[in-house]
Amino acid sequence: MRQKFPVMTAIAVLGFVFLYAPILSLIVFSFNESRLVTVWSGFSLKWYGELFRDTQILEAAWLSLKIAGLSASLALVIGTLAAFALVRFGRFRGRMALGVMVSAPLVMPEVIVGLSLLLLFVSMEGLIGWPGGRGLLTITIAHATFGAAFVAVVIQSRLVTMEMDLEEAALDLGARPLRVFFDVTLPVIAPALVSGWLLAFTLSLDDLVIASFVSGPGASTLPMVIFSKVRLGVSPDVNALATLIIVIVSIAVTIAALHITRSNKHAAR
Amino acid sequence: MSALLNLSRAWSGRALVVAVPILWLGLFFALPFLVVAKISLSELAIAMPPYLPLAEWADGALNIVLNFGNYLFLLSDGLYIAAYLESLKIAAISTLFTLLIGYPMAYVIAMARPDRRNLLLMLVVLPFWTSFLLRVYAWIGFLKSNGIINNMLMALGITDAPLQLIQTDFAVYIGITYTYLPFMILPLYANLSRLDRSHLEAAADLGARPLTTFLTVTLPQSAGGIVAGCMLVFIPAVGEFVIPALLGGPDTLMIGRVLWDEFFSNRDWPVASAVAVVMLLVLIGPILLLRRAQAREEG
Repeated sequence: MRQKFPVMTAIAVLGFVFLYAPILSLIVFSFNESRLVTVWSGFSLKWYGELFRDTQILEAAWLSLKIAGLSASLALVIGTLAAFALVRFGRFRGRMALGVMVSAPLVMPEVIVGLSLLLLFVSMEGLIGWPGGRGLLTITIAHATFGAAFVAVVIQSRLVTMEMDLEEAALDLGARPLRVFFDVTLPVIAPALVSGWLLAFTLSLDDLVIASFVSGPGASTLPMVIFSKVRLGVSPDVNALATLIIVIVSIAVTIAALHITRSNKHAAR
Repeated sequence: MSALLNLSRAWSGRALVVAVPILWLGLFFALPFLVVAKISLSELAIAMPPYLPLAEWADGALNIVLNFGNYLFLLSDGLYIAAYLESLKIAAISTLFTLLIGYPMAYVIAMARPDRRNLLLMLVVLPFWTSFLLRVYAWIGFLKSNGIINNMLMALGITDAPLQLIQTDFAVYIGITYTYLPFMILPLYANLSRLDRSHLEAAADLGARPLTTFLTVTLPQSAGGIVAGCMLVFIPAVGEFVIPALLGGPDTLMIGRVLWDEFFSNRDWPVASAVAVVMLLVLIGPILLLRRAQAREEG
């Protein structure tokens, strides 16, 4: 039985318009001839040309991609271990602490996380001389930390719904636990690993606040460069950059979603 | 099940599996809070790092000087209290807007034909995957005085002069509602899709009108999802920096912005730390509420 309310449907439709109108306007005005990003004057690709000549943006984008790749991979390892311990190990010492540390970063205001990590890095450097200076390494550590929390949530929800009979069968047949994990568990949760890594990657690529705190002179990530540009006013080359990011992300997410749906169907058979 | 117990007992790597995430998160997530608490009790100094150590050896004795001056300063200067209250107000109003838009969306998705549900969910999540900063930036183009909304209003003859939309609290509400909407919809959808349809049918069979059924069956059953969604929006919104910085006016006083300025402009690390500690204390209640709601939703 379905309950339908016209008011709800109307609000939902408007909600989707609300979600997509700003994104569409970004895309449309990236092809605008004029410098004004709100008045259409003719089709042009010149802002894309400008974007690819802007070495500051290109360097920042390369730094951001490196940080995102490294931190997402670290986050994947830490987050998967945390999720596995929380779902499969029952009671153990530190379970409560781990549970809190995995869920708190999801809602913690970024200014608090950024400030506290910076103060930790500065104090550690005073005590043991590590990490020497701030930049790629410190931003990567910061991003891996909150990325791990998001990965853990994704993997936890997959592990909870996973049937355990395959793992049990392998163990009964005498396979060693580590081997069961790599040969049975990992392939089954592979789609969740992919979405967890992608989530950590995009969150890292997107972060402005935490990176601003833990970065040092000379290490500007892409969001830091965009933010300083945008603070001075709207500029069409930012629209061009936004369009490229939106197109790449949409393609990646669609491919991942199709792949996951297909492998789920396959697994269900 | 016994085999599974073996899995966890026999595996010598079990300790390692637990130790790696606990050590990493303990070092880089939990320990930093202690460092912040420590530095919030120290005095500002013109040095690098710009604060005095709490403990010092002097004349063969350990001197520990705790300085509560930073907290007294927060209390005595009306600006900080005003900023905390303003942040709570802005976060609460934005959360309400998010709920008013998010609930119908989650409801319609949950009640949609099963083959359409995944597509609709993906449409909700897709913007979340694209840059947060750029989605906030898009609203500048919509809201500014020669922006898309004002151009449309003037073309339709609704107003003669452009309205002041950007650099207002209203723009901040829109920005928060817009960027946090998926965080409201996902827990609500998870809740509503588990809704026991037989209750709805029973209510209808007994002659209840759809609205009555909704108000007396659906809404109370989704209370856990509402609390979880609201807290997922409210907690980070209180400390939001980017949205008030880009869409708010100079008098949109949010505590995340105050902390940022103390740190980056005034370079007063001890006061910035005290601001962070108080913000955390303010948020403990909502965080506990969220954990309880999530535990109930899962259990």
